[in-house]
Amino acid sequence: MPTTPTDAIKLTATQQIAAIQSGDLDARELFETYRQRAAADAHNAFTWVADEAPAELPASGTPLAGLPLAVKDLFCTEGIPSQSGSKLLEGYLPPYTATSVQKLVDAGSTVHGKTNQDEFAMGSSNENSAYGPVTNPWDAARVPGGSSGGSAAAVAAGHAAWALGTDTGGSIRQPAAFCGLVGLKPTYGSVSRFGMIAFASSLDQAGPITRSVADAALMLKFMEGKDPRDMTSIGLREPVEVPTRTDLTGLRIGVPEELAGEGVEDGVRASFEAALEQAKALGATVTTIHLPNAPHALSAYYVLAPAEASSNLSRFDGVRYGNRLEAEDGSLIGMYTRTRTEGFGPEVKRRIMLGTYALSAGFYDAYYGRAQQVRTKIVEDFATAFASVDVIATPTAPSVAFELGSKTNDPLAMYLNDFCTIPMSLAGIPAISIPSGLSDGLPVGLQLAGPAFSENLILGAAHALEQAIGFDTAGAIR
Amino acid sequence: MIDAKQVLHVARLARLELAADDVQPMADELSSILGHIEQMSSLDLEGVAPTAHVVPVEGKLRADVPEAPLPREVALSQAPRHTADGFLVPSPQA
Repeated sequence: MPTTPTDAIKLTATQQIAAIQSGDLDARELFETYRQRAAADAHNAFTWVADEAPAELPASGTPLAGLPLAVKDLFCTEGIPSQSGSKLLEGYLPPYTATSVQKLVDAGSTVHGKTNQDEFAMGSSNENSAYGPVTNPWDAARVPGGSSGGSAAAVAAGHAAWALGTDTGGSIRQPAAFCGLVGLKPTYGSVSRFGMIAFASSLDQAGPITRSVADAALMLKFMEGKDPRDMTSIGLREPVEVPTRTDLTGLRIGVPEELAGEGVEDGVRASFEAALEQAKALGATVTTIHLPNAPHALSAYYVLAPAEASSNLSRFDGVRYGNRLEAEDGSLIGMYTRTRTEGFGPEVKRRIMLGTYALSAGFYDAYYGRAQQVRTKIVEDFATAFASVDVIATPTAPSVAFELGSKTNDPLAMYLNDFCTIPMSLAGIPAISIPSGLSDGLPVGLQLAGPAFSENLILGAAHALEQAIGFDTAGAIR
Repeated sequence: MIDAKQVLHVARLARLELAADDVQPMADELSSILGHIEQMSSLDLEGVAPTAHVVPVEGKLRADVPEAPLPREVALSQAPRHTADGFLVPSPQA
């Protein structure tokens, strides 16, 4: 049956692709519909929108059938502005395209927009973008989460069928949770980082933000893989299967007391516990477990990530790309300093300062060395846990989307909001967030994590729960 | 935890300039964050090996086959100032 592009917006990406492939939906009309919706977006979710559809769209016979794709600003896209949410990179047109984007384009996806984000992916609310904050389609007085806030808002509002994000400490999972979507952080190394403007190289990982678990699996299937241009990429060990699982018979779910107890607000806890009951009804067993070092994950992360960032961001010196501001005295060092001082926003400067301090002489062992040891303990905690359970479940975030401006004056309070997602990042293991329901009308996220390379397991479990929960991910589409 | 003098030293290392009014607030914010981070010192980490990367990263090199590099004009195209041959910067002696 023919589908109009307007009706198609509420379908999942997988359903839209099927409709194009069966001839019921016109890919060019669909692209134009998304392009116009993105251009008229009122959430400030986009930093660039295509002027028109490409002269030639990928054939409907390609796996992704020309379906439009929104891409987080920090992915380099050849000839398309890639600014990582920073004023310093305003107007930067990369000479090449990130591998993960190119792989999706090769599979038949078409980029229709670049999405807003916290500057250099540093933030949990998308309030740190030089291009202005993004608002949450469920409630425009609230944040969409961050740092992939634009990607999540774009998908939740129906201004993109799906989007590419990146996750360093929760930057895919938390915005997906706040916007009622599915967000997957794959195993570290499964997706190439080539062409991603780096934040913290030992933690950064690209992944999908979508309206269904099947959509996330489909995107991952075409993104993953070893890349000769990223020596840390190893790809997945088995092909990604689009999940069909509808029961959880025999699945052992562990709930770590350290990440699901204190600090989680009541509405989130209620939704989380209801989801666990549904998991039991589907045949899973649920037990309380312990990740004894998890309470220290945040401390380790806020040493390691800023330390890596302070090194990565040293490349922004006004020489090879981005903006330059000359010093009054005409000196080289003065040019570096003025370019960086006026180009970086306050949060980026704060993290560069923190990282530089942690790496400086006399403090390295106490901070960086110690944080790396804590990281080992966290890796060990997960290994111990996965000896007795198959997956770990936690709330994705301790709260629902908070109000714009409510945490901007207290950086530490903002950081503490990420305590449920950071341990998985430090351990490099895959984790997915799916909507578990609403709390006072706002989406709540449920996180499922598994051992490294267990993407098919967590996607299957997430799919079964998604079907049982029946959350409407099109609930904010107008 | 970290005082104004240390903040100015770290800013210089990071090639950042702080306005006079911003130094103490930055010291206060960093001290608050470092205060939380200090909780790590309660852990006994004697003999624990550090983890830099969670996946095995082998120091292997790609095959030594010449490939076409990025054309020079393309590589230079995004520089704020450049000549036909390279990036232009203020003289280090200036």
